[in-house]
Amino acid sequence: MKTDSNLEKVLASGEFAVTAELGPPRGADPEDIHKKAKLLGDCADAINITDNQTAIVRMSSIAAGILLKQRGLDPVIQIVTRDRNRIAIQSDVLGAAAHGINNVLCLSGDHQKFGDHPTSKNVFDIDSIQLIQMLKKMRDEKKFMSGADIDVAPRLFIGAAENPFADPFEFRVIRLSKKISAGTDFIQTQAVFDVEKFEEWMKLVRKKELHKKTHILAGVIPIKSAKMAKYMKENVAGLRIPDEIVSRMEKAKDVKEEGIKICTETIERVRKIEGVQGIHIMAVAWESIVPKIVERVGLLPRPPIRKEDSNANESKNPNG
Amino acid sequence: MIVAEQKPIAEIISIAFKHKSILVVGCGTCVTVCFAGGEKEGKTLSSLLRMKAQMEQKLLEIEELTVERQCDHEFIEKIVPLAGKVEAILSLACGAGAQLIAEKFPDKIVYPGLNTTFLGITEKQGIWKERCLGCGTCLLDKTGGICPIARCAKNLLNGPCGGSQEGKCEVNPETDCAWQLIYERLKKLGQSECLEEIIPVKDWSTSRDGGPRKVIRDDLTL
Ligand code: SF4
Ligand code: SF4
Repeated sequence: MKTDSNLEKVLASGEFAVTAELGPPRGADPEDIHKKAKLLGDCADAINITDNQTAIVRMSSIAAGILLKQRGLDPVIQIVTRDRNRIAIQSDVLGAAAHGINNVLCLSGDHQKFGDHPTSKNVFDIDSIQLIQMLKKMRDEKKFMSGADIDVAPRLFIGAAENPFADPFEFRVIRLSKKISAGTDFIQTQAVFDVEKFEEWMKLVRKKELHKKTHILAGVIPIKSAKMAKYMKENVAGLRIPDEIVSRMEKAKDVKEEGIKICTETIERVRKIEGVQGIHIMAVAWESIVPKIVERVGLLPRPPIRKEDSNANESKNPNG
Repeated sequence: MIVAEQKPIAEIISIAFKHKSILVVGCGTCVTVCFAGGEKEGKTLSSLLRMKAQMEQKLLEIEELTVERQCDHEFIEKIVPLAGKVEAILSLACGAGAQLIAEKFPDKIVYPGLNTTFLGITEKQGIWKERCLGCGTCLLDKTGGICPIARCAKNLLNGPCGGSQEGKCEVNPETDCAWQLIYERLKKLGQSECLEEIIPVKDWSTSRDGGPRKVIRDDLTL
């Protein structure tokens, strides 16, 4: 084990993992995080906290992660390279690790054009693959990107995203293998709606035996309404939603129930695909539905979250 | 070449009307080629300003001249006699040319008449596209001759990002995704193995991030 991460423990045990996404508030109220944490805490092994997703300003992912940590949950901090350079990211990762946060998901991030500050300057000093490399070096070599020594290295379980539905299709697998050789321990994919296409991608993944070198969690998004399905189909970069899903939502009498059904069917199908080791549920703004979904697919209860070794904690804290 | 566009005419008029006399200086190089600030544009703009001044009964003396290159001391020498007659100078060169004029005439107010946009190419008549950001360490050899710094909206060195769709960039469906182009070209050239290599982090110190840059060639300096 590289870390105390609960997610790492679950994946290493071979259990089918469940992670869920939490979008922090557009304000300073910690109650928002606590409310969502209450909903997600018992049905997910780890909780991803988005980093100013779609370039809209929200509470910092690390700060929200600390709140989760205080509740005994296992946060996955998302870091985008859009807003911070290598200096800021390394510093933030040390800070997060000092608060006991282990899981970091490396992303390049949506362009600021999509957000609420479209006239801002972006950073992109490094890209997501270089971010993975940098974190691995910090953890394994105890060195900063510059080569300077780190006295106490952060213990990190490093994640990355991949989009099996973006183009060019064949290159997506090469890119995954680049992320693995950079050092990613786990992958959370873009939301799967087109299961056939996802299967095709997984076939290429297995051909290169990449599923043996990293843990792959398939992303899912429960859709709340036909309008949302249509909106996502037309406006969200990198999502592929088949017409059939939109028409199922349009025809449904109980739309919410249909949305849940589509989601649970997807989970059941991807679960059977060789090499898929978990799911990642992105129910941003519909967190309340996650427990029901996880229950329906028979993935409850979750294994108890491992508490940090209290002895180790004491030895770290001379005053404790 | 350097591609630029003329500032909105209303903005130029309001600049000119602050003065009783102004010199409009065109530049004969890049901005002539992209029809933004050459001799022709300088003449047109000057007559427009004269007409507008007449219509509004403003007292405005306009001088006009185009030099071969405003970014070279040798050529802007020619401006000296006319510059002495006016209150202000409106430069129709790129930002570099406009600055050299300001340096040359420390007691004149110098205005930019153009918005300098990018280093690019003429795609076809009337269409120019960005190609280079002058990063100081060219890596086109690794990317099939297509620049991911200037042409990828996130300057990713190991792209494409998850937003690349049907060959287009997530930021603008009319712009090609640079990484789709790189992928196709390397494949065609039989250099697909380049795509499997992780391009290391970039040393941005040779770029703008290292501060204003300077090139010195000892073999050429006098
Ligand atoms: S790599 Fe740098 S120098 Fe080369 S084309 Fe791109 S921006 Fe220009
Ligand atoms: S879509 Fe392509 S060009 Fe646009 S930001 Fe992503 S990788 Fe870069």
